Parts: sequence; structure tokens; C-alpha cells
Amino acid sequence: MTGTPHTDILRSPLGRARGLGSARAGSHHWWGQRLTAMALVPLTLWFIFSVIHLSGASHQIVIDWLSSPFTLALMLVLIVATFHHLQLGVQVVIEDYVHDERTKMGAVLAVKALSVLLALICIVCVLKIGL
Amino acid sequence: MAPAELERCVKDVREALMVGRNSEGKPVRRPLSPHLQVYRWPVSMAMSILHRVTGVALAIGTLMLTWWLIAAASSDPVFDQAQWFLGSPIGLLLLFGWSVALIFHFFSGIRHLVWDAGIGFDAPAYNTSGWAVLIATAIGSVLIWVIGLAVW
Repeated sequence: MTGTPHTDILRSPLGRARGLGSARAGSHHWWGQRLTAMALVPLTLWFIFSVIHLSGASHQIVIDWLSSPFTLALMLVLIVATFHHLQLGVQVVIEDYVHDERTKMGAVLAVKALSVLLALICIVCVLKIGL
Repeated sequence: MAPAELERCVKDVREALMVGRNSEGKPVRRPLSPHLQVYRWPVSMAMSILHRVTGVALAIGTLMLTWWLIAAASSDPVFDQAQWFLGSPIGLLLLFGWSVALIFHFFSGIRHLVWDAGIGFDAPAYNTSGWAVLIATAIGSVLIWVIGLAVW
């Protein structure tokens, strides 16, 4: 075929013209998801046992519990890891099932914005109680 | 198949493999693949879907965590109200759903991490690990609720 440009990358000329294709951020996304997953294995176990420990607890017991630097630090790590993991996961689900580009982009951005907001609210609450 | 018969069944040359004969020898178009509700659900397929469903459910569940932390960061009466709601039938139902989803996603997530390490990809292994996750979820949920209700 004449006129077909030679290319060393696995991307069609049409795909390149449209600017679509790999954003070169896929492995970073993948690794971020696994890293937070690994961190959340012990953190989730700790959190479940904490919730059991605090079932029906009075306000003062919860305040005392969060006032320990150890608890406070673990809660902060848990919050960051959870919301980062959640945001990466829901993004994949949206990208798999929403096919309209604008809706997809809007939904992904909304989830990311909401995750940041909720994570910050949780961090502020935990710091307000614990410090 | 005679060309005339073929022509009646095939509308496009790419469909040549989609025609056959039924038991009476009549040329027919082969049925297309059945849809989702016709398939038997293999455990691997159910596990994959459940991992996503529980993941999304847990994402929504973080609203409950945020709400509880907001209550804990405000006054005694507000927090007491939140604790009362969590102890009510609706609250307990939400907590039960949340805990089962979390325990499932926890074990299923470990199964995914093991795959990421390159282990357990053959059919007998992933069927066994799938059932193991389901059994571990059941045992874990019962155990946590027995301990939880005993403490409460």
C-alpha cells in the first residue's frame, strides 16, 4: 500500500489523528490500585475490629480512642488509602459501562471530586477529634 | 449446500458459517449465542461480578463512614443520635450489608492480588479459590457478628 505512513508504535494513523489511544497512565493507575489494596488488607482488619470494639460506645470512648496517636495515624492512612482505591476502582467501572464520551468524562470527574471532598471531610473530622 | 439454498439463507458472504441443516435436512440459520440469563453461572463469573458490585456498594458505603465521623466530631447529642440510628433495625441492616460486602471484597481482593503475583490461573485453581472466598465470607461474616453482638 502506498501512502501508508511508517510507524513504530502500535497505534493506527486514524487513532493518532483523533488524539485517542493510550494516555500512558495505565500502569500507574494499575499499580496505585494494587498498592492501596495491599495497604488496605491489614488496615481493613484493624478497622473491622475497631468498629466491633466501638459498637454502642459513648461519645467519650470514641474521643479517647481517636486521641491515641497510633489510632489517629492509622485512621488517616485508612482514609487516604480507601478513597484513593475507591476512586480508581469506580473509574474503571464507569469507563467499562458508560460509552458516551461526555457522560463518561463527567461521571469520572464527579467521582474523583466527590472522593477528594469526602476524604477531606473525614480527615478534618478525625483531626478535630484526635488533636 | 446447493447455491440456490445457500442464497436463501446467507445475506452476506461473512455469514457463510452461520448456516446449517436442521434434523429434517432443511437449511436453516444457526442460532446466535444465548444471552446472559440463559447461561449457567460459573463461580468465576459470579465472583468477578460480585467483586465489582461489592466494590461500588462499599464506595457508596463510605458516605456512612463520613456521616458517622461528622457526628463524632460534633456534640454529644448528635453523636448519640447517630449511635442510636446505627443500633436501629435499619441501621443494623445497613451495617450488616456493609460488613458482608467488605468481607467479600477483602477476601476476593486477596484472590486478585495472588493472581497479580502470577499464581492460581488454571481452571481448577480459580474454581477452588472462588469457592474458598465465598466460604470464608460466610464464616467471617457470622464470626464478626457473633463477636460484635456479644460486645454490644
